Amino acid sequence: MTGLRAWLLAEAPRSSFQARAGRAWLAWLALRRNPLALVGLAIVACLVLVALLAPWLATHSPYDQNLEARLLPPSPAHWLGTDELGRDLYSRLVWGSRITLGIVGLVAVIVGPLGLVVGTLAGYAGGWTDAVLMRLTDVFLAFPRLILALAFVAALGPGIENAVIAIAITAWPPYARIARAETITIRGSDFIAAAVVQGASPLRIIRGHVVPLCLSSLIVRLTLDMAGIILTAAGLGFLGLGAQPPMPEWGAMISTGRQYVLDYWWVAAMPGLAIAAVSLGFNLLGDGLRDVLDPRQR
Amino acid sequence: MRGSLGRAGSLVGRELGTLAMTLVGLLLVTFLIGRVVPIDPVLAVAGDRASPEVYERVRLELGLDLPLWQQFGIYLGKVLQGDFGTSVITSRPVLEDIARFFPATIELATVATVMGVLLGVPLGVVAAVRQGTLVDQVARLLGLVGYSVPVFWLGLMGLVLFYADLGWVAGPGRLDIYFEDIVEPLTGVILIDAAIAGEWDLWHNALSHLILPAAILGYFSLAYISRMTRSFMIEQLRQEYVTTARVKGVSELRIIWRHALGNVMVPLVTVIALSYGSLLEGAVLTETVFAWPGLGRYITDSLFNADMNAVLGGTVVVGCVFIALNLLSDILYRILDPRTRA
Repeated sequence: MTGLRAWLLAEAPRSSFQARAGRAWLAWLALRRNPLALVGLAIVACLVLVALLAPWLATHSPYDQNLEARLLPPSPAHWLGTDELGRDLYSRLVWGSRITLGIVGLVAVIVGPLGLVVGTLAGYAGGWTDAVLMRLTDVFLAFPRLILALAFVAALGPGIENAVIAIAITAWPPYARIARAETITIRGSDFIAAAVVQGASPLRIIRGHVVPLCLSSLIVRLTLDMAGIILTAAGLGFLGLGAQPPMPEWGAMISTGRQYVLDYWWVAAMPGLAIAAVSLGFNLLGDGLRDVLDPRQR
Repeated sequence: MRGSLGRAGSLVGRELGTLAMTLVGLLLVTFLIGRVVPIDPVLAVAGDRASPEVYERVRLELGLDLPLWQQFGIYLGKVLQGDFGTSVITSRPVLEDIARFFPATIELATVATVMGVLLGVPLGVVAAVRQGTLVDQVARLLGLVGYSVPVFWLGLMGLVLFYADLGWVAGPGRLDIYFEDIVEPLTGVILIDAAIAGEWDLWHNALSHLILPAAILGYFSLAYISRMTRSFMIEQLRQEYVTTARVKGVSELRIIWRHALGNVMVPLVTVIALSYGSLLEGAVLTETVFAWPGLGRYITDSLFNADMNAVLGGTVVVGCVFIALNLLSDILYRILDPRTRA
């Protein structure tokens, strides 16, 4: 056993950092045994890398038009062909990965904390607070997601920022439910009682003891939800309500490719494949993470 | 039978309280969305050339000078009477518009769900019985792809392949243009209307238009239903009554399709109801791709014309259908499952 492995797998970790690192290591070992989850992880890692390295990976500018090279099929010069304004589809897809990643990241950053706050508050406080907050969640769950997002975008106006807000508003209720359920089981445990006896304030208990224990189920749910978020964002883009042209957002690209699809299928086909591949990656990774982090739901 | 009906009645009563609160909340959300719209509702009615006096009169008529909670009360009262206002574009009451467009969506979603159930349930059962075999892998793959592919993209590719290249199905729209307005819209569901009128050419044409969008939506329902059926079946096949039946010498086919599947039917009802509801959502995008004149397309078209009454009316109706489906599956669940009868 090497020093690092011994340190990671120590029976009695000396610091909380060591304990956490050890847990993460064990989770990774379990995830490594699931080939499909690794494929998912590879796809997601690819997405991040492509987004980071977009300026170097793209062969053309995503915006420069070349009307002499309109609607060309895939070829060595244009790997995935060109669109109706002669823009290189491959380069647009590469730059578009930044938009997709940005949308997913922003929605996650809004939805996770929002769901966590609402859920832990409802679960810990109980009584009226719980009843009111849960009714509110029910109301939002009563709408199909895309329809509610449509109504919000209609009110806020089309655009990528508003699409992110609309998706976030429609996506938080399941997180609140999960956080509440977790909080209710945690609330009754002895170590919370001990913290209360020691005089910890409710806020401190929620922040220090309840939230960390809710995190793993929330992360699993968030990963599984990423595909849904990507598909909703692409749907809004396709309807012309999300990212606006000339932004190389994948859903919007399908929308413009739609007019030419019967003769020039690749203009719409390529962005759709990109969306499908990335959602598949998040789905596979999410499935794997659920098995590792949340064995109860298996 | 009478006992279970009576129980269903009391259940409906108990659920109604929760239901009413959710409904009011739903209307509050749409009401507030309607208030933050950057479109001036007065200008939408009076036109931009209205004199200040006319503008002020319309503003008072619309009740926009009242406090917000009073405005909400008025809105609530109107909606409960089925008054969603008038569509600015068609200048008909929104509810009348919805009644014209909704049957097309129902037709699409129903045919799709029937396809999803007829193919998805057997697929899920076989995948559960033959775990790890090729069938199971195929079912898993179908499910994964179904969760990952954008529905509008699959629709477009389907059009390219089956309409443009192979010519197996008719293109976008609900009917070819020379078949339109022949049949009296009795139910609004063309397949039924054409059958009543005995217009079989038209019936075939309608089916040829319907089959592709329904199959695309049906695929998503199949992905969901087969995955859930598989996991329910695996759970059932582990139960002791299955072992008992085997020991008694009951044939394997009977155990799987009668005993185990019979028990799976109960949770499956919920799954089917949920998938029907989510098809209403997928229909928004599918209807756009296939130029299908349903509720989803009505909502998006109105949205681009800044017709907020129509958008919000459509949203409320879809929300209500969603709630109704949830309620229905809940009640069915409790009627079908003997263990919930205390």
